[in-house]
Amino acid sequence: MIEVEQLTKRFGAVEAVRGVSFTAADGRITGLLGPNGAGKTTTLRLLYTLLRPDQGRIRVDEVDALADPVAARARLGVLPDSRGLYRRLSARENIEYFGRLQGLDAVSLRQHTDELIERLGMQDIAARPTEGFSQGQRVKTAIARALVHQPQNLVLDEPTNGLDVMATRALRRFLLELKAEGRCILLSSHIMQEVAALCDHIVIIAQGRVAAAGSPDELRAQAGESSLEEAFVKLIGSEEGLAA
Amino acid sequence: MKRTATAIGTGWWTVFVKEVRENLRDKRVLVAALLYGPLLGPVLFAAMMGFILGKQQEESTKPLELPVMGVEHAPGFVDWLRRQGVVVEPPLDDAEAAIREQREDVVLRISADYGSAWSQGQPARVDLLFDSSRLPAQTKVSRVEALVQGYASTTASLRLRVRGVDPSLLNAVQLVRQDQSTPQSRGAMLLAMLPYFLVLSAFVGGMYLAIDTTAGERERASLEPLLITPVSRARIMSGKLLATALFALASLVICVIAFVVSMRFIPVAELGLSVDLGAATLAQLLLVVAPIALLASSAQTVVASFAKSFREAQTYLQFLLLIPAIPSILFAINPTRPEPWMEIAPLFSQAVHINQLLRGDPVGLATLLLAALVTTALATLLAGVAVRLYQREQLALGG
Repeated sequence: MIEVEQLTKRFGAVEAVRGVSFTAADGRITGLLGPNGAGKTTTLRLLYTLLRPDQGRIRVDEVDALADPVAARARLGVLPDSRGLYRRLSARENIEYFGRLQGLDAVSLRQHTDELIERLGMQDIAARPTEGFSQGQRVKTAIARALVHQPQNLVLDEPTNGLDVMATRALRRFLLELKAEGRCILLSSHIMQEVAALCDHIVIIAQGRVAAAGSPDELRAQAGESSLEEAFVKLIGSEEGLAA
Repeated sequence: MKRTATAIGTGWWTVFVKEVRENLRDKRVLVAALLYGPLLGPVLFAAMMGFILGKQQEESTKPLELPVMGVEHAPGFVDWLRRQGVVVEPPLDDAEAAIREQREDVVLRISADYGSAWSQGQPARVDLLFDSSRLPAQTKVSRVEALVQGYASTTASLRLRVRGVDPSLLNAVQLVRQDQSTPQSRGAMLLAMLPYFLVLSAFVGGMYLAIDTTAGERERASLEPLLITPVSRARIMSGKLLATALFALASLVICVIAFVVSMRFIPVAELGLSVDLGAATLAQLLLVVAPIALLASSAQTVVASFAKSFREAQTYLQFLLLIPAIPSILFAINPTRPEPWMEIAPLFSQAVHINQLLRGDPVGLATLLLAALVTTALATLLAGVAVRLYQREQLALGG
């Protein structure tokens, strides 16, 4: 479970995040939806402790992430905005490197890596150097390395960016499997359809603030619109930056 | 989930092993660290030294080949030259052009009125054609000058004697040139540059890693995932720095060994260097240069940390390559005895000690250790700076 309260982050004169609060529960997929530049990536970077907030609280499974960032990171699997791989290492070696950095022992490392390679259907590419991988193969590898320590919580920043339809469907299926295992999944997106199709709980972010939050039904009711798309536009107050 | 606390504590080792393994697969890195970096210096040095020494020896000992124009005007003089061992070559069509086009270094031209001037006891004219801007011709010019002067004074003495005058009256002052230069001092400039050739190899050997582990990580967007693992940034940086230092050290060690081996094939004794360096000297040399591996890695990592791309970092680091040349250049320009502080100051101490060791001069172990310590201290300080730079928030943002 991930809880954030009143997060604030300022870069010079720009106030990127202005008091964001939400909870991402276990066994649920929570989506941060908002136009580009709304503060989604910064919010995620704050909660996976890459950046330090100016104000606010972050809890990951009861661990205070600001007081003990190392313990919080160990409970988080993160697919960040940057998903560069080491191109002279094979996909398996990329995954194992992060497993070692997470402190896995040799036996668990082997087990977890084998399992992820199988679940993500990476058997044919596991031994290949990642140089020349397709976007889909890169994302798979990046997700596997984020999950190699079997974290309870998974944070994904725009996970389907650049993926084709087949890869997107495969990724959705995989996220639903993880949800069924009772994990907490938090993803950001600027694509309404994706959030609507996948998320149990939606947090709409605009201009660094939470504009609205709730299940898709709740959001429709809140806006008084029958279509989710109209509800989003109404709640955000503009169509700008959102993709259908 | 099984997790060993020690594994996170030794995260630097994981980073170190990965960096070494990954870079061993990169041909560019291997060529730079194991071939180009370490061998460039010794090869360059051997070539320069072989050329300079070979040239000097050759010019001063081999028979003098001299094209002479107008042999028919002074058969006596030319016979005398031949008796002095000069190989008199046939005249040329255009002596001036031959000099200009560097086909000949020196040409002697006997003037047509030589004979008549000679028989009247007047100075007989002989022209010496050469190009003073050509250094290799200098030795030949002085040899010919000396020969002509010798013939002239011998003849003058004879003439005076015939007239009953003591020839020594002409020499009110006798100037005797006593050149105190030795091959060693003539090669001093080259010798002063020698430590740079060794130190340079550390910089070349570690360069790619220093860039790859900093600017490279940012450019390929692999830094953010790395920074959100439970391993602290200081440990990540330590692992990266040590990997860079390992490649720099490998380059240095190969360089020193290559140098010691190549000394057997070049006439280093002419420069006053010991030809046969024992294992003890080799060990001392390695002690002198090893801290440079760490110094080069930290300095390069610090500089590369400011760059956003591989190319940008490469540009910065090329300037850094010139810094270790400073002590060597100073010693080359002003070859005085080193000041006491130079014995321990980083880069200076290596320049001083490498020369002393190669000459076979005794160097105190305490001094060597102190110098190594000072260099290591500076390297550690720079490593600290590199870690600080790694802690910056902007680094994570890739901006």
